[in-house]
Amino acid sequence: MANIIMFCILAVVILGSAVMCVTTKRIMRAATFMLFVLFGVAGLYFLLDYTYLGAAQISVYAGGVTMIYIFAIQLVSKRTLQGMVEKIKCSRAIGAALLSVVGLATVAFVFLKNEFMCRACEVVDAEVPIRTIGHALVGSEKYQYVLPFEFISIFLLACIIGALVVSRKVEEE
Amino acid sequence: MVPVQCYFVLSALLFFIGVYGFVTRRNLIAMLISIELVLNAVDINFAAFNRLLFPGLNEGFFMTLFSIGVSAAESAVAIAIILNVYRKFKSDTVDAISNLKH
Repeated sequence: MANIIMFCILAVVILGSAVMCVTTKRIMRAATFMLFVLFGVAGLYFLLDYTYLGAAQISVYAGGVTMIYIFAIQLVSKRTLQGMVEKIKCSRAIGAALLSVVGLATVAFVFLKNEFMCRACEVVDAEVPIRTIGHALVGSEKYQYVLPFEFISIFLLACIIGALVVSRKVEEE
Repeated sequence: MVPVQCYFVLSALLFFIGVYGFVTRRNLIAMLISIELVLNAVDINFAAFNRLLFPGLNEGFFMTLFSIGVSAAESAVAIAIILNVYRKFKSDTVDAISNLKH
């Protein structure tokens, strides 16, 4: 019962913040509402007993990615800070809403009509032990993930170098 | 115990809110924020599928973990490109970038 109440609170926070995030006209507010959505999703991971995943979500998304966005907003223009009014075309908004509703109806229909729901099992509230996660991350057996782990580290290095190269100030000759 | 349908409906709603934002907004950073919403919806789905339908296994868990890492890298590169676009075109909307078209 407590789980369901927590889920309802998190769902209201996530959906409300997401709607505000895409409809607000100021970019800074959109970034702030995105932060609330990210915290809500981290709460969902805690609710699913994936505490490691929730911690990763908070530290990487809420701590890192949101900071990047806020710095970019501050750097890009002064008028975004002072409430730049972004014009949203009415026809485009109606088209997008129609697209979203049709897609949502399709996805919800496929999900809710599916058979695999019946296989949902009662899970005991026990989190995945950190030893299992560590062994799976650096092991090379079946169902272990040393290759993607190393690939991610190389990928992050490549992205850091790429971002530096792209955003470097070019010297005027 | 939350029924598994609730997670699916929540993530589908979040996904299509993100799609709506991606189509309506014209600011590059706002579009990127909408993409983050979409990615988060997919991550919720991975975790919920793994936890509630296959509780003994950990594939969805690690998929979500790697997806978080990749999206952090993606947003760093995208922000670098947006800063460069702003420096070159003095604008931060997608309509300003039309050099590649002609």
